[in-house]
Amino acid sequence: MPSSRGYKEKNILESFCSIWYNSLVIVFQGVSKHYSDRGVALEDVSLQIDPGEFVSLAGRSGAGKSTVIKLLIGEERPSKGRIFFGQYEVNKLNDGELPAFRRHVGVVFQDFRLLPAKTAYENVAFALEVAGRPAREIAELVPQVLDMVGLGDKMKNFPSELSGGERQRVAIARAMIHRPEVVIADEPTGNLDPFHTFEIIKLLEKINELGTTVVLATHDREVINNLERRVITLDKGRVIRDEKKGKYILV
Amino acid sequence: MFTIISRIFHFGAKNFWRNGWLSTATIAIMTLALMMFVGLIMFGVVTHAAANSIQDKIDISVYFNTNTSEDQILSIQQSLKGLSQVASVDYTSQDQALATFQKNHSSDQTISQAISALDTNPLEASLNVKAKDPSEYGAINSYLTSANLAPYIDTISYAQNQDVITRLATIVRDVNVGGWVVIVFLALVAGLVVFNTIRLAIYSNRDEIGIMRVVGASNSLVRGPYIVEGVFWGGIAAVVSLILVAPVFWFVSPYLGQFIPGLNIFQYFYTHIIQLFLYQLLFGVLIGMFSSFWAVQRYLKN
Repeated sequence: MPSSRGYKEKNILESFCSIWYNSLVIVFQGVSKHYSDRGVALEDVSLQIDPGEFVSLAGRSGAGKSTVIKLLIGEERPSKGRIFFGQYEVNKLNDGELPAFRRHVGVVFQDFRLLPAKTAYENVAFALEVAGRPAREIAELVPQVLDMVGLGDKMKNFPSELSGGERQRVAIARAMIHRPEVVIADEPTGNLDPFHTFEIIKLLEKINELGTTVVLATHDREVINNLERRVITLDKGRVIRDEKKGKYILV
Repeated sequence: MFTIISRIFHFGAKNFWRNGWLSTATIAIMTLALMMFVGLIMFGVVTHAAANSIQDKIDISVYFNTNTSEDQILSIQQSLKGLSQVASVDYTSQDQALATFQKNHSSDQTISQAISALDTNPLEASLNVKAKDPSEYGAINSYLTSANLAPYIDTISYAQNQDVITRLATIVRDVNVGGWVVIVFLALVAGLVVFNTIRLAIYSNRDEIGIMRVVGASNSLVRGPYIVEGVFWGGIAAVVSLILVAPVFWFVSPYLGQFIPGLNIFQYFYTHIIQLFLYQLLFGVLIGMFSSFWAVQRYLKN
């Protein structure tokens, strides 16, 4: 009975996510990124993402989507401009402060980035372990979240024993486990077939419904058109369109 | 804090088991390096024993005029003992010299008769001086030839053997210094080989290090488990290498014993096994730790 299962999942998700109030605002102020070898990746980008929004970053490969995300999680620093992430000014965080900051953000990648030597359970648990959470809390939370993404019965499998869709669900569970205010997904469906793509986007929408800001970078026209949410379109490092209920349009 | 430390150990131990092949390969290389290391220690023991056995054969003897009284000789012996270069001074009295001489020539009738025909003991009392270092015989010799001692002394063997003594002294010094150079050089090579092996092992983990950081692991939590792994590798390699090297020494020992008398290398190995094990453990664990530390370091920079 798929409907009752959906209901149960939603319930778990709700009890898991509705505990905090999301008030985190993301701001880009005149951000540019130049690479010495590849030239301009971003040019004077300013934008604001409000709490609870579901924002898609659209654009061709090389338009600057990944750069926005790398700057957002502090993997790279802007050449110019400032980036605010709630109380953090991301471009000013040093190596010692970055880990704590990253525990406020959940990140999902195209290539899943799971630890191959750890099981699905351990991969998700790892995000809590690095934050120094007590073992009992971990033992309680991890199965809940894996249940939520529909992998309750595959907790002991290693990533190599899971399908692409399942791996991405493990990655989403890991991104969700510490209840981040923001989930950032960089081409999360790039390696998946349409069926699994649909599943993953549904999962992200569910997460968003419960108050988490979602930033989704994708070049998948279908995905963006079906979402009917805010779309920021990038081209050659600049924002060329920002619409509340956007479509995937490239001129 | 405690949770983090216990997790570091837990992750380290788990990685160690799950990366079974990598661990095995790394331990194999480290074992070879440590076998070389213990081989070098033993090489040091052998060269030292060889140098000692040469050094033992070097000495100078001072022969006193027969009219020098025993008291004077003994006071000279005391003054010699007071010199910083001198290791030991043995006194042979005229009577002892005669007794030894007669014993050595007891089969020779002519000499025995000639000796007993004499009224006085023709043999001279002597002091046998050993230096702490063979290169110091020159200094001892010049002390003995100083003017205030000259009236008592008949001959000093140094003058006759000077060439041989200086040559032996050079050999002893060269063997010792050369041994050290070889040891330091080869230990360096072993260390570099291990360092590179661990660097490669961690290079193959660079993606994981990136993932850990994205998930929010602090630098110490990323690095910690690799250091624990490095310690495991070093510790196990120390045990394995000692087990492998024991039969080699047992086999080689009698041959070396013929070459350098009084040297039983297996016995040395056996009686110093705990000490050797600790050296190996220290070398293995330290190099494992530092290699891991530096190898991970470069992936922790933004």
